Amino acid sequence: MIELTLAQRDEIVAHAREDCPNECVGLLLGKDQRAERLLRMENVEHSPLNYRVDARELLRIFDEMDTLGLELVGIYHSHTHSPARPSKTDIDLAGYPDAHYLIVSLQDPERPDLRAFFIVDGVVEEQEVVLR
Amino acid sequence: MAILVYIPTPFRDLTGGSGHVQANGATIAELIGDLEHRYPGLGQRIANADGVRHHVNVFVNGQEMRLLAGEATPLADDDEVAFIPALVGG
Repeated sequence: MIELTLAQRDEIVAHAREDCPNECVGLLLGKDQRAERLLRMENVEHSPLNYRVDARELLRIFDEMDTLGLELVGIYHSHTHSPARPSKTDIDLAGYPDAHYLIVSLQDPERPDLRAFFIVDGVVEEQEVVLR
Repeated sequence: MAILVYIPTPFRDLTGGSGHVQANGATIAELIGDLEHRYPGLGQRIANADGVRHHVNVFVNGQEMRLLAGEATPLADDDEVAFIPALVGG
């Protein structure tokens, strides 16, 4: 389960729409599965098929998170033409088993679909997204 | 010689939850060997027989290892090394 505010959900959808047709990516920082802060990140691949966050940026943010006592509770990205399910690439390259992987699908542009998953050693488990 | 090592959250299950540990090594390769010795399994998360895994980024005092001398990058006392798993997908 991951807990988001309505505003955070809307922000993820807005980010996905702005970066479309490329995939967007961002981080949700917080505590105990509860997102307190949303950080839009740059998809350095600028691609409709892949995303990547600059590792140096991550290093900077992780340092700051440790100082602030925040955890990486979620990593979001968009699928512009496919469902909100982890792709094979998402599963193969998932390196953060403690974080929720959130995927927002714009397959139906009028009805964005946001779902969350744990991806651990190739096993995908959907998690509830609770809006507060 | 003590190197200050940043451990990212996905690897902290092997360091008892610690985000910062100390280890020894005159190079990155030696440091990874020492980390494996101190925290069994940690070195293997970072590297395999071919070297540092493709999806692990290594920073030495904020500089990407691959832009330095790779695994042969020399280390000195109080250097800071960070391991950051790639954040990628499709």
